[in-house]
Amino acid sequence: MSQNRPRYKDILKRKKDWPIVNLSQNKKPFLDEVSRHVFTNLTQDNGRKTLHEELETTIYREKQRVINNPWRVDPKDDLTFWKRIQKKQLAIKESKDRLTIEKEILKEIIDRYCEEIVGNFNKSSYRFAKRITTFGFARLLNAARVKGFNSIFSRQLDLQDQIHVVGEPDQLRKLAKIGTIVLVPTHFSNLDSILIGWVIQFLGLPPFIYGAGLNLFNIKILAYFMNSLGAYKLDRRKKNPIYLETLKEYSKRALEWGCHSLFFPGGTRSRSGQIENSLKLGLLGTAIEAQRSLISDHGKQAKPIFIVPVVINYQFTLEAPSLINEHLKRTGRERYYRESDAFSNSKKITTFLMKFFTKKSDISVSIGRGLDVLGNYVDDQGQSLDQQGAVVDIKDYFLSNGKVNVDKQREHTYVQILSKKIISEYYKNNRVYSSHLVAFTAFKMLERKNSKLDLYSILRLSEDDLTLDYEAFKINFKKLRGIILVLNEQGKVDVNDKLKNTIDESIIYGLNNIGMYHAKRPLIKSKDQILILNASTLYYYHNRLEGYGLEKHI
Amino acid sequence: MALKNTYKVTVGVIGTGNFGTALANLLAEKCHRVLLYARSKQKALQLNQTRKNGYHNIADNVKIITDVSFLAEKCNLIFPIVPSINFREMMKNLSPYLKPYHVLIHGTKGFDFNKSNKSSNPLKESIIQIFTMSEVIRQESSVVRIGCIAGPNLSKEIASKMPAASVIASEFDEVINLGQKYLKSDRFLVFGSNDLMSTELCGILKNIIAVGAGTIEGMKLGENAKALFITRGMVEMVEITKAMGGQVEPFLGLAGIGDLIATCSSNLSRNYTVGVRLANGEKLSEIIHSMREVAEGIKTIDIIHEWSINNPIRIPITETLYKIIHEEITVEEAHTYMMKFPFTSEIKFLN
Repeated sequence: MSQNRPRYKDILKRKKDWPIVNLSQNKKPFLDEVSRHVFTNLTQDNGRKTLHEELETTIYREKQRVINNPWRVDPKDDLTFWKRIQKKQLAIKESKDRLTIEKEILKEIIDRYCEEIVGNFNKSSYRFAKRITTFGFARLLNAARVKGFNSIFSRQLDLQDQIHVVGEPDQLRKLAKIGTIVLVPTHFSNLDSILIGWVIQFLGLPPFIYGAGLNLFNIKILAYFMNSLGAYKLDRRKKNPIYLETLKEYSKRALEWGCHSLFFPGGTRSRSGQIENSLKLGLLGTAIEAQRSLISDHGKQAKPIFIVPVVINYQFTLEAPSLINEHLKRTGRERYYRESDAFSNSKKITTFLMKFFTKKSDISVSIGRGLDVLGNYVDDQGQSLDQQGAVVDIKDYFLSNGKVNVDKQREHTYVQILSKKIISEYYKNNRVYSSHLVAFTAFKMLERKNSKLDLYSILRLSEDDLTLDYEAFKINFKKLRGIILVLNEQGKVDVNDKLKNTIDESIIYGLNNIGMYHAKRPLIKSKDQILILNASTLYYYHNRLEGYGLEKHI
Repeated sequence: MALKNTYKVTVGVIGTGNFGTALANLLAEKCHRVLLYARSKQKALQLNQTRKNGYHNIADNVKIITDVSFLAEKCNLIFPIVPSINFREMMKNLSPYLKPYHVLIHGTKGFDFNKSNKSSNPLKESIIQIFTMSEVIRQESSVVRIGCIAGPNLSKEIASKMPAASVIASEFDEVINLGQKYLKSDRFLVFGSNDLMSTELCGILKNIIAVGAGTIEGMKLGENAKALFITRGMVEMVEITKAMGGQVEPFLGLAGIGDLIATCSSNLSRNYTVGVRLANGEKLSEIIHSMREVAEGIKTIDIIHEWSINNPIRIPITETLYKIIHEEITVEEAHTYMMKFPFTSEIKFLN
């Protein structure tokens, strides 16, 4: 119950001490610093194309983007800007100071990108957004669940009844006082960023900055939240090296400035429903680079950077049907009807939130143990520990002959080490709910029953073939549950308490929760049979338990 | 020599076996000082007095030491060259003195393993976990800059200053560069590879085939038969490696085919010699007892046999050798069996 749970005090009382406030107050010098370094990196790096070619392709692609794929959030002067830049570039040919002008153009583009990326954190709207997420949601929740809308000011229920923060929140708070935190959550739903935003303030941490897909800023309600929660903008349409370098430098410098950051290292939402098994290395790499820079600039006084893996455990994903369709379309041959994205407008989100708070479905957020940038566990004092538990000095990872040196290839390898560790932490902290296990059991049984068919044919099976005998289902469920509990004892996976109930209770709980927000429930029980009503959504939820080798036991 | 003592560094070698000593001497040509660590004080004393180790003359700038902390303190680059069976213990001793800036390039061509039996395992599976030496280094220490050295390096030939070459494999370019810098000479070429695990597997699995090739030699079945055997052996090595998640490429290089050619045709190879003597009717226990150094191949055959129980791939050569060394069949029976084995397509792993 809520009264037994801890209330966390803010670790930094005064808002002016928040690194993000410092950053937003010093936006100009910060951006200058970013821009200057990007410029140096790009003009030094002779490994690839010449500056001339780089500019030519970038400008061409940007113009194409503006014409063919404009978004509402794009700056009004997008086309004029790129036209002007192109004109300037085309004029170079006759000029003698070619390189100087090219560098000028480069600088102009970098500065523009900096302005596009930069977040608009604002103290007062942060306060408002924070109130919305806690107060607003909590009131809504009360009203709907306890006594109807008249009880809107009741204090009986709270958001934390709905969202369980488990794992190592206390260590996270300690580490946030010692160093700079990089939270790396799994990513299943667009709701994740708001949810994490809530967790961050619930734990009394100052706001984090994070890169949010620019597409989300198209939706007003999300844009408002994200701006006020410290988001900077990440435009996936822009894949040119100048943009990517600017983005990385932005992230790296912000970390050096001590801004706690949030990366979704899987890149976009997991389309298949499976836990991330490969991570985007670019942003993670900035944490390693930032740590090295800090050590090289400040020696022993350098602030440590901590990586904290977070697993968000839902029993449902609002977007599941459209995500899995996208996934199947990508991997398979089936023709799928394009469904509209469940998060495409503000109304849909509001409807969803209403559903979410009126029907009961647990969400848990597992805060993993803190890691250093090499993936070693850190203790509560922020010291890195090797596999034997001995203290390691993080500085030593960046030394060669006693000096800190820059070795891009080395750091690239370090990112791979770190990302492997994060993935293994995800698997460990993944919390198994009954709903995941009913989905897994049912889908694997369906596969066994139709072992001659490939995935796509299974998903196309007719209604009559989509039934399972309940008793057989129960036997398999029990067997797999036993294995999951063993894995749990070995520390290889986390489980929800309800999974430990009697088999029948556990199955009923699972069936009641699986896909409860979808128009069509994927799985129901009817007399002595289990009926599969939506095989692809079932497949999505079943994927959550892939990667543990459970299929061997069914 | 013109290149002598070019670099003012101290590098370390752990293990006074043949390859360790050969490597220390090679390093001594390019480095100011080499510290060669001997586990036993007695051995160190003897080496220091005679300045000889078997057929090796120990170079003047090679210093024999027995203090592992001194080694770690003085050397950022260390080459552990000890039998796989002692490797973890060696790492446990060394580990307290190692820091993440240390670079370790090992030359051990065997597995470490951990076996849990059915009764102690709640999932009721018999599981053997196998580790390459680079994994052991990662598990036992904070060192990450790890590499391995592999290739056709028969110690006696290196000691006689004959030309040779090696591969240094590491995920870190700086490790490869260091290895090349301090080892490369007019008579010793050093190539680089970023595929550490597959390169390690080349060196380890090749020993199985060397034992088998020795039996062919011992039975005097001729060069055609030996070529047949080595070729099929290489296919089996690749199949195992792929099942373990490794790549094919290193097998086409010095660590793969290069090492295979050298070890499967030379009496200087221990594993090959074991095979020859098995074919001549000696018992394995006698052979092992009479050898001064470990033949890694025998242990590797046992480990791969155990590993294959939970990994459904066909490994007829390893299985047959397993039966020979455990005296389930004779070398002659094995030969008849292999000639009747229904091999299907010749090469499948490139598809």
